[in-house]
Amino acid sequence: MTAGFVLRGVTVRHGGRAVLDGVDAEIPGQGVTALWGPSGAGKSTLLRLLDRLDVPDDGSITYDGTPLDELDPHRLRRRVGMVFQRATPFAGTVAGNLAVAAPDADRDTMGEALQRVSLDPELLDRDADTLSGGELQRMCLARTLITSPETLLLDEPTSALDATPAREFERTVLRLVDDGDLTVVWVGHDDGQVRRVADRVLELRDGGLTESREWDLARRRTS
Amino acid sequence: MTISWTGLAVSLVLVVVAAGISLAWRLGLERSIVWAALRALVQLLIVGGVLALLLVPGVSLLWSWLWVAAMLAYAAYTAKQRAPSIPGLLPVAGAAFLAAGAVCLLVLFGLGVFPLTSRTLVPMAGLIVGNAMTSTVLAGRRLQEEFADKRAEIEARLALGQPGRDAARPYLRGVLRSALSPQIETTKATGLVFLPGAMTGLILAGVPPLQAVLVQAVVMFLVLAAAATTTSVVALGLVRRLFTPDDRLLTLSRERV
Repeated sequence: MTAGFVLRGVTVRHGGRAVLDGVDAEIPGQGVTALWGPSGAGKSTLLRLLDRLDVPDDGSITYDGTPLDELDPHRLRRRVGMVFQRATPFAGTVAGNLAVAAPDADRDTMGEALQRVSLDPELLDRDADTLSGGELQRMCLARTLITSPETLLLDEPTSALDATPAREFERTVLRLVDDGDLTVVWVGHDDGQVRRVADRVLELRDGGLTESREWDLARRRTS
Repeated sequence: MTISWTGLAVSLVLVVVAAGISLAWRLGLERSIVWAALRALVQLLIVGGVLALLLVPGVSLLWSWLWVAAMLAYAAYTAKQRAPSIPGLLPVAGAAFLAAGAVCLLVLFGLGVFPLTSRTLVPMAGLIVGNAMTSTVLAGRRLQEEFADKRAEIEARLALGQPGRDAARPYLRGVLRSALSPQIETTKATGLVFLPGAMTGLILAGVPPLQAVLVQAVVMFLVLAAAATTTSVVALGLVRRLFTPDDRLLTLSRERV
């Protein structure tokens, strides 16, 4: 089993209000774990903690048995990649975007990175701004994957996409999980999507996090 | 050419014109206009008086340096007052003014453009610090706006494992460009659109126009170098304060200007 996260008593307060209130949870280092919850439940806040883009006010988080604050943040963020809710292209070409993540990568490596996310390597020289929404989000996924992370954090990555590109994105991610050692933590509030992609579901309600077995998960049925 | 006290008093009519316009439009700025004009006049008279004291033969140059130091400290304080929401601006502004002062004064006096005397040191340092102060506030505000606008992109770079300074660099370039552009535009328009202050003053004081132009050119180059030095020191100094030691981007509120 690859590395996983363990959260103990994790609390985050925003302006005096506890967004996460003493969360205890274990996110195993394999498969797809969905963090499900209503809007404003603290899902994105929790995900940001896992990449150390924020730190909790109280409590501790370990990754692979080591507390996050004892890990070098830059190394942690290369082991744990993150794709955000809205695509975040950098100015320039697709190749330029990939080079930010992997400055030493040659064109072949970049082309393969695009193919892994079902994008045509011909797109390398295209200006990132000219890609469609679905292509952009997959480019962001390729940009994260080119750093070879063990774990991928996805913060509602398809919420800005139409149904078809959203389903393509889901299939791409599931293929990557099934092909290799990639672990995925997928934040979502779309029940249908959670049922399609998740191996297990952690429900976030009122600042607490519990594993729910009441979900009819497609991947559990087929495995 | 000299100007009499009567002439000065008569010129106050221009201030009355400005206040009258405010009154006619009900802008409510009459008091501010009159107060600003009178305050500037008193400040200038004091400065002129002290300069006259410094220029008395035999007075040590050390007094002029002290004045420069006081100017620098006051300018850093003023920059902080003008942009209160920018964290840690006071020490950064101080460092920027020191750097701009060092670069410009070294070139001016070290390379013998002007002789180092009280007559040259105080006005030149004033020009440097005055312009550096404007550049500091401009660069600080632009930095704050840019980092609030591009927060998602900067965090995406951090999430790829980039250190904060690398993640910030592409955006810093934009900040430096836009903070320096007004100065470059002003420099380009000089002589065509307006006659700058130093030259106007010298010509009114009876100096031959060519000499006035040469002094003005030096002043312009000085202002350009001061702006460039200040802007880069401010940007580099502030950007370090926008990240935590473990390279998280701090939340910045947009300044209400």
